[in-house]
Amino acid sequence: MSRAMKDRLIWAVTFLVMLIICLPGLWVVLSAFRTNGEILTKPAVWIPQNLTLDNFRAIFGLGENVLAIPVGSYFLNSLVISVTSTVLAVVIGMSGGYAFARHRFPGKSGAFLWLMLSRTVPGIALSLPLFILWSWIGLIDTKLGVIVVYTAINVPFTVWLTEGFFRQVPRDLSEAAQIDGCTPWQAFWKVEFPLARSGIASAGIFAFLTSWNEYALASQLTRSTDSKTLPVGLMDFTAQFTIDWAGMCAMAVIIIIPALILTFLVQKHLIAGLTFGGVKG
Amino acid sequence: MTRFRRYARDHAVPLALLSPAVLVILLVVLLPLLFSFYTSFSNYRLIRPDSLWDWVGFRNYARVLGDGDFWSAFGRTVLFLTVALNLEMLLGLGLALMVNRITWGQRTMRTIMMFPMMFSPILVGFQFKYLFNDTIGLVNNALQSLGLASEPIPFLVDRWLAFAAISFAEIWMSTSIFAILILAGLFAMPKDPIEAARVDGCSNWQVFRHITLPFLMPFIYIAMTIRSLDVARAYDIVDVMTGGGPAGRTELLWTLIARTAYDDARMGRANAMAYFSILLSIFFTWFFFRKLMAARRHLGAF
Repeated sequence: MSRAMKDRLIWAVTFLVMLIICLPGLWVVLSAFRTNGEILTKPAVWIPQNLTLDNFRAIFGLGENVLAIPVGSYFLNSLVISVTSTVLAVVIGMSGGYAFARHRFPGKSGAFLWLMLSRTVPGIALSLPLFILWSWIGLIDTKLGVIVVYTAINVPFTVWLTEGFFRQVPRDLSEAAQIDGCTPWQAFWKVEFPLARSGIASAGIFAFLTSWNEYALASQLTRSTDSKTLPVGLMDFTAQFTIDWAGMCAMAVIIIIPALILTFLVQKHLIAGLTFGGVKG
Repeated sequence: MTRFRRYARDHAVPLALLSPAVLVILLVVLLPLLFSFYTSFSNYRLIRPDSLWDWVGFRNYARVLGDGDFWSAFGRTVLFLTVALNLEMLLGLGLALMVNRITWGQRTMRTIMMFPMMFSPILVGFQFKYLFNDTIGLVNNALQSLGLASEPIPFLVDRWLAFAAISFAEIWMSTSIFAILILAGLFAMPKDPIEAARVDGCSNWQVFRHITLPFLMPFIYIAMTIRSLDVARAYDIVDVMTGGGPAGRTELLWTLIARTAYDDARMGRANAMAYFSILLSIFFTWFFFRKLMAARRHLGAF
């Protein structure tokens, strides 16, 4: 086989694999614009006869068939919880990451390992004691309760990512700024922070995505429209005897769009952060 | 005490910087885990609050260890993780090597490859529940339209088909992490050793086996470590796809914990099980982290 043929073959196989990767998601997106009747028809209708926005209207309570599921407030809860916990996790993680990158202290590698190990605890295992403790102190079914938990589960990763980026900023820069009369605090904000900014941003987006997508903990710590997030709300559709497939697909689209945009924004930094944090210890 | 004080004085700045992180993890992870460790020795049931003080020693652990359902869920979880992690690694490696080879449209391919990473596990579960549905699912419809199956195939009902379906969902979701990180490794790889080996007459396979693969190992172990941090997110997938059913046929350790704790309200026993799941996660992470460190030292010798 000639080299050109071989290249073309590899390209075709790669393309096929990419199709398999994309197809499930695209099918869900397409179904979001179809009616339940068409989805349920036997034999299957492959080419959609009429595309409609009714599923989205129903979700936001605009159409004729109003849905009993308050997706609007779930969306708002998700947004408030994810943004707040992300901001907190980035601030806390940055402070910790800076300490690991710039300071020497006994027990440093041990502390780092323990921080990471705290992230390995499965959500469902952590939910058991949190469920009891949070109901004792009245944090069950509150946004605050979920925010605190998400902050804690995001901190190890933001520490790891920001540490990697701060280490890439030469130490001399901050020292030079201090010789020129900056306080350590000014040196940090004016010199080191801007240089590590892209890494910090990607740590933030990563934290946001974790919070936005989390299910195991939220499903136990939230109860009502006061605090239920989108992933938990998705299960509302299956609680009834029949599953509203079209409605679920529409909600899936709503959950995926913010994640889609953010991941594309951050993909380059994310890969750099993960690999360089790990490879060059 | 004086030693502690001196330590605090000498390292005041890093300690202060680290304290918020330590504090929040102490409050949300460590303290609750100590509490759940205590409850795993009690007969605590959610419906009877006083039972929290009902100390039963190792009874919960003894019951869990003597429980056939627990062991089958545990075995299934280990099998599931072994199958999923190995296939994800192999497929990710294959995908990365392919994307690395192509020149036309490589950027687009790389972006598409990242597609599953954006999906929350709960969405992945829902998506495949929909695709593998026995009456309206895409897979069954396609098989029937093509005449490959006359009857709908009960993908989420049959024991092994359901196991294959949840594994497929897990692999679909996580292969891209491996592919992306291994591709990053391929991009970072120096070209000289490969050319030198080619000049010396090495075959493609020899180059891959003795030069490319050793260089990629740290990247593979990073991906493994990152994955092991989060192995339990398969809970979300299984919870929405089958809920551990039908009749416990897809029960994983994590769904069994949830059922014992919240449906049966046996918190004490569920916490005892939870400790097994925590140890399992820590074992996987520790195992790959050690491998990563070893591979890193090896790479440093280059």
